[in-house]
Amino acid sequence: MREMIKMVVVLTLLCTFSGGLLAAIRGGTKEKIEYQQLKFVKGPAIKAILEGASNDPIVDRFKIKDGKIERSFFVGVFDGKASAVALESFGKGFSGDIGLMVAVNLEDDNIIGVGVTTHSETPGVGSRAKTDPGFAAQFKGLSIKDTFKVKTDGGQVDAVSGATVTSRGVTVAATEAGKIYKKLKPQIAEKLKEFAK
Amino acid sequence: MAKTIVQEFTKGLWNEIPPFRLVLGLCPVLAVTKTVENGIGMGLATTFVLVCSNILVSSLRQVIPPKVRIACFIIIIATFVTVVELVMQAFTYPLFLKLGIFIPLIVVNCIVLGRAEAFASKNSIISSLADGLGMGIGFTLALGALGAVRELFGTGALTFWEKPIQIFGPSFQPFTFMIEAPGAFVCLGLMLCVMNMVGSK
Repeated sequence: MREMIKMVVVLTLLCTFSGGLLAAIRGGTKEKIEYQQLKFVKGPAIKAILEGASNDPIVDRFKIKDGKIERSFFVGVFDGKASAVALESFGKGFSGDIGLMVAVNLEDDNIIGVGVTTHSETPGVGSRAKTDPGFAAQFKGLSIKDTFKVKTDGGQVDAVSGATVTSRGVTVAATEAGKIYKKLKPQIAEKLKEFAK
Repeated sequence: MAKTIVQEFTKGLWNEIPPFRLVLGLCPVLAVTKTVENGIGMGLATTFVLVCSNILVSSLRQVIPPKVRIACFIIIIATFVTVVELVMQAFTYPLFLKLGIFIPLIVVNCIVLGRAEAFASKNSIISSLADGLGMGIGFTLALGALGAVRELFGTGALTFWEKPIQIFGPSFQPFTFMIEAPGAFVCLGLMLCVMNMVGSK
């Protein structure tokens, strides 16, 4: 009997100690991990579309609650003014969701650039939506308030050849980004003032 | 049979070097040694877990009831593995991405549990520390060596901190078989063979 109790007590104490230690370490590394994940997973796309920004968009980020979802925004400082913001949206591709980072200039609501972040498209076919710079460049300078469509659907964007479904997914994601942007623009503008230097 | 601390430490480096002499912990040995960097990173993570769990198991050896000792060892080991996982995510994220699932799998690495059961639960804290450190460094060296051979012949270059150093000239045709999974088995077998030939003399 005594042995039984001892086993239970020792195991319980060990687990408690272990739980406490892990909770403390998790708490201590949480922000750092979030930053690392952003830097290595979404970082390359964000850096590419906010090219020439004088700040680090991954450090200067903020979140806005949109209904139940919390969305992240990345700030781009150009010529000393925090005038651009990048946000991520999703569209359905050939296989699974395509994540698209869209950077918008707040002054004229035009797109500065777009970049695919995550996707699970066919390598070499749909994946070119991410690697082909010419495809993403088509969005540059268009108004974010437009509805984007590929040319086969009567829109303004040339699809990546052989990957119409993927390209359609990207246009849906871009349109979606526009909707989020329109809805949250007052809050975004408010938040950006904090980053103005 | 009392060994000195130095002997406890050095036995892990040659006489009982884990993957080659004890032939334990082969899963990470085969899986992550595509490059030197991966091998050494994996080795260091394992070393940390090994040292910490050896110290803790040894200091608790009077308290842990024999009937639930394995459960206790696993809790201790799993705790330190999770610590390593979190710290790697926070500070060396690219390496963490490359090692992936093999970091959490240190929990079931035979060496760690083996040392806790066979050594730390029967010896003092200081010699357990020496044993853990020796075994860990031995493991790191083995992984590094295997990684170096595979990367060198598989790509013709060795990569440190994302900077490839070309060892062979441009006319070298990469022996890509070496960085595939079967290459790991062949390479490990050859290294075991060499170690046994040297050791038997």
